[in-house]
Amino acid sequence: MQSHTKDFRQGAGAALSDPKIQANLEGLYNGFHQARIDASDQTPDWEALQDKGRAIKAHTLDNLAYYLEMVERNVIASGGHIYFARDAEAASNYVVNLAKERGIELVIKGKSMVSEEMALNHRLEEEGIEPVETDLGEYIVQLAEETPFHIIAPAIHKSRGEVSELFVEKLNVPMYDNIEDLTREARDQLRQKFVDAGMGITGANFIVAETGTVTLVTNEGNGRMCTSMPKIHVAITGMEKVVPSIEDLGLFLRLLIRSATGQRISSYVTTVTGPRGEDEVDGPEEFHLVIVDNGRSKMLADPNLREALYCLRCGACLNACPVYRKVGGHAYGWVYPGPIGAIVSPMLTNLSEAKDLPYASTLCGACKEACPVKINIPRMLLYLRKELTQGETYPEHKSVSMAESTAVKGWRASVSSSFMMRLSNLGGRLLQLPFVRGGRIDRLPSPLSGWTKHRKFPAIASKPFRTRWKNIGKK
Amino acid sequence: MNQTDNAVKASLFVTCIIDQFFPEVGEAAVRVLRRLGVDVEFDQSQTCCGQPAFNNGFWDDAKPTARRLVDSYEGEGNVVVPSGSCAAMLRVFYNELFHDEHDTLRRAQALAPHVFEFTEFVSDVLGAENREGLFHATKPMRVTYHESCHLKRELGVDLQPRSLIKSLPGVELVEMPQAEVCCGFGGTFSVKYADISAAMLNDKIANIQSANVDAVVAGDMSCLMHIGGGLEKQEAGIRAIHIAQLLDERI
Repeated sequence: MQSHTKDFRQGAGAALSDPKIQANLEGLYNGFHQARIDASDQTPDWEALQDKGRAIKAHTLDNLAYYLEMVERNVIASGGHIYFARDAEAASNYVVNLAKERGIELVIKGKSMVSEEMALNHRLEEEGIEPVETDLGEYIVQLAEETPFHIIAPAIHKSRGEVSELFVEKLNVPMYDNIEDLTREARDQLRQKFVDAGMGITGANFIVAETGTVTLVTNEGNGRMCTSMPKIHVAITGMEKVVPSIEDLGLFLRLLIRSATGQRISSYVTTVTGPRGEDEVDGPEEFHLVIVDNGRSKMLADPNLREALYCLRCGACLNACPVYRKVGGHAYGWVYPGPIGAIVSPMLTNLSEAKDLPYASTLCGACKEACPVKINIPRMLLYLRKELTQGETYPEHKSVSMAESTAVKGWRASVSSSFMMRLSNLGGRLLQLPFVRGGRIDRLPSPLSGWTKHRKFPAIASKPFRTRWKNIGKK
Repeated sequence: MNQTDNAVKASLFVTCIIDQFFPEVGEAAVRVLRRLGVDVEFDQSQTCCGQPAFNNGFWDDAKPTARRLVDSYEGEGNVVVPSGSCAAMLRVFYNELFHDEHDTLRRAQALAPHVFEFTEFVSDVLGAENREGLFHATKPMRVTYHESCHLKRELGVDLQPRSLIKSLPGVELVEMPQAEVCCGFGGTFSVKYADISAAMLNDKIANIQSANVDAVVAGDMSCLMHIGGGLEKQEAGIRAIHIAQLLDERI
């Protein structure tokens, strides 16, 4: 997917001034966010599960080559094919070549964020192959020619009314005013596609190393149909999605589903091990697993960022984030939005181009609190800010403005001693003179004008605390 | 309880924002601590914990002032900080800042257990809520409590301020919706992303107003500068006050 991370400001501004998007974002706090809190509160030993999940992720990623080789052996043993793609292009090439070799014209797709990294739909269309999204939210987004707005709820920025209008425009159907009719229409539209498609492409929430099993978590059943109806099933996922054993899968399903939607279990949990066996009735004739790196090994190699790969893609940090709840998903400019996206997107695209993302946070810590595997997102945001400013590990991405550097040098001097604090107090009071009314500042020039547009600013005190200290308690 | 024989000592790290913008909050904190029998000290060499530079990626510029702070407070006993954010800087984030400077890191880690945020100290160490007749009633007042992010999520302090507020005669604590959601300040975030910050602030103000209160109380002047500045701009008629001021008015 083409990266627009450098346009974060414009994207955020557009979302803030769009009343429809604001209205649709408002439901997140009492919806997904609260549902997650309730679900975790109702789970005995939730924190112990989190710690265990985190420990397994750490162990697996510390030994990733070992587990990926295990995946490879077991996928092949079960009759499947496996391909390790260095980057998005290699992954797309594999899928496109396979589809062309098999003469496929129609592909049905389950939800896959990695396929968004690859801009796979676009690529398939270029090659004359029709891709059809079958997850309802993804289907809406595809009809609207947009990109997903949220990791697990791609069309959450659209109201029922907007979806109705979209269906009228794109599908030439009557205006429906309820969700049942809209869902039925999508279902009717998709049914024949499921029958006709020669290939089903899905993501994978987990890959179980000891069995070579791919796991999908869905609520619509479309994922299972993508894996079973067409003759070829291709699962595409990131290399961090490996878990060692089936026992671990049980733990991670509890963590993922509760954190994503607040459900105890999703409507469907699909596990796929290889193609249809000789004694089996259902399933594809061919099974391919495409495991994608696409920049992940760079995060794996950096001890300060490795834990970003623990991410289960549950979306809990998005729902918990007060910034995401204002600017929404498109502002972030690439596949992964929100707090985890502010780390992953810069690292998988271009850090200095995406430099606004790590700063688009108040460091409030709501993401860290919400994360099922306790990923310390604020710590990594601070680290990326340091890298952008000081360029220690990624000197090629150092990107700091002269104005800000100068301001920080000024600050550094002003806090260098008590004497300098007093001196800056004096200087500040002189500078603020034209602006102060009744101990408050109503309006300041740029770059502080944005601040005073919505808030008054306090005036610097004529006697700082350090001067008043000796007189406290004296009449 | 005899306070004079075995007086608790504490050194006040007043924070640069209180020193420069809200000295009256520092005075309130000192009066409350003294009334609770604390022998309060103030080290005149103190300036800033380094957080403004650290949060913006300028770690090398944050280090000298942070190092100086560790130097001044090392071995000095309790350090009380009337700010969740600055206390978190000392207790939590110095681990990051000094990750490559082992001697300072070791000393910062030795200092950390002696650093207390103001309400933690007043409630957990001094047990102010349980002292009979300490607080006196003034005009009845309805207040709501805003949870400063670093106080709640980095230091885990959320019960102490509420229990202190509830112990005040005549003061009613009214919980607002989304009390734990950030007000949108975030230091330079409110300058770099002034519009996103303002949208978050407007939600916070609407939630405060929905509680129908006389004042919003918090443990951090940076949040209160932001919330208070917004309330004043909107002429909402609701005060934004530090918990030390609320206690001081009744002690």
